[in-house]
Amino acid sequence: MSNIPSELKYASSHEWVRNEGNGIVTVGITEHAQDLLGDMVFVELPDVGDEVSTGDDVAVAESVKAASDIYAPVTGEIVEVNEDLEDSPELVNSDAFGDGWLFKIKLDDEAELADLLDADGYANSIDED
Amino acid sequence: MTNKTVLHAKHLASNAKMVDFYGWDMPINYGSQIEEHNAVRQKSGMFDVSHMTIVDVQGPDAKAFLRRLVINDVAKLTVAGKALYTGMLNEAGGVIDDLIIYFFSDTNYRLVVNSATREKDLAWMTKQLAGFDATITERPEFGIIAVQGPEAKAKVANLLTPEQIAAVEGMKPFFGVQVGDLFIATTGYTGEEGYEIIVPEAEAENFWQKLLDLDVTPCGLGARDTLRLEAGMNLYGLDMDETVSPLAANMAWTISWEPEDRDFIGRDVLTAQKAAGDQPKLVGLVLEEKGILRSHQVVVTEFGNGEITSGTFSPTLGHSVALARVPRSVKVGDVIEVEMRKKNVKVTVTKPSFVRNGKKVF
Repeated sequence: MSNIPSELKYASSHEWVRNEGNGIVTVGITEHAQDLLGDMVFVELPDVGDEVSTGDDVAVAESVKAASDIYAPVTGEIVEVNEDLEDSPELVNSDAFGDGWLFKIKLDDEAELADLLDADGYANSIDED
Repeated sequence: MTNKTVLHAKHLASNAKMVDFYGWDMPINYGSQIEEHNAVRQKSGMFDVSHMTIVDVQGPDAKAFLRRLVINDVAKLTVAGKALYTGMLNEAGGVIDDLIIYFFSDTNYRLVVNSATREKDLAWMTKQLAGFDATITERPEFGIIAVQGPEAKAKVANLLTPEQIAAVEGMKPFFGVQVGDLFIATTGYTGEEGYEIIVPEAEAENFWQKLLDLDVTPCGLGARDTLRLEAGMNLYGLDMDETVSPLAANMAWTISWEPEDRDFIGRDVLTAQKAAGDQPKLVGLVLEEKGILRSHQVVVTEFGNGEITSGTFSPTLGHSVALARVPRSVKVGDVIEVEMRKKNVKVTVTKPSFVRNGKKVF
């Protein structure tokens, strides 16, 4: 069973969301997701300034095994992307919930966070996979 | 019922991630496929390939049978231990399997075939055996461990008896020798030096553990695939199958056309294909920009479309490479296109070989 931090929110498509305050959230993919994908070799990130809507495919995590779409878990504007992933995509494998973060979104509506899964809800969703 | 190799418990003890591989529960990696790949290119790594099928062909007609069965000519084998890579075709000229044949004498050969094709291979061989005075005997009572990489031979030497060391001393590539309990062959599927070693089941775990203790990196099927692809070696089921001619799979070099009166299965079809010159060919593709070429992506050329048969990220080169079947008029050096996710990318055509002995070769 992989690590699922209780302070984060989750989408069933395996993104995690951390509320940073000020209406900004950090987004990454879960440890479970990186484990399924295997060694990461490229991560294609959105551009800062992009307006994204919940469910849009906004990034691609490409591992040795497969290319996988990453979806925006909330609606808002991309305000920062993790440029370290350009040279070190393996950070997604080694520290999925930390240095392997993907991008930050300024939320249009903070209430949307309530629609995401909590740790237990995500744990249940991957049990059903 | 899932098959387990004799080394299954060793994989679990090394925290392997296991996957089903054609009915075998096999390690895909032990943590990082890329680190395992790099270990083989830079130091040494080992693979459990015990799932592969060993078949001994023996008897007065063993040679005549194999001269009929496969596209290369075992009559070329005259030195004991010499091995041959070749293909076994159906009547329509499609590849039933690719295999290695070791020669011991005109009445004694050892074949190593793919596990995924084991049943159909054995059925086909048994059917073709009619009329020949020879036997085919599967040898499941062995483990097979491949030790590969620039340091592989030196690591293995620590486990050998003086007699075994003397026997493999200076052994050329593509030879195998039985000394004591071990069959030691200078073959592999990585493009590096090393051995493939056939070990009695009872000794396999101990052999594996001793290599672990010598810091030989255990490697899974994931690294095996990226290594063989960098080396430009075919994988049965992806790069060729029963619908594909060896002429379209970079296997023409494994066909012996001489002597002309050797009637191997599929010869008439291959002869007609060769005369027509209309078979596509297997080439290498190199993508320098971001992205990964993958199986079944469409290749667009001015001579018509082709298809990627296997593609991957090359850990050694830092970009993607692929094998692709394309129209024969496509030339090495041409820039053609591949349809990838949402866009077309430009790729350069190369010979189907990318890395050998740790170095780029295109």
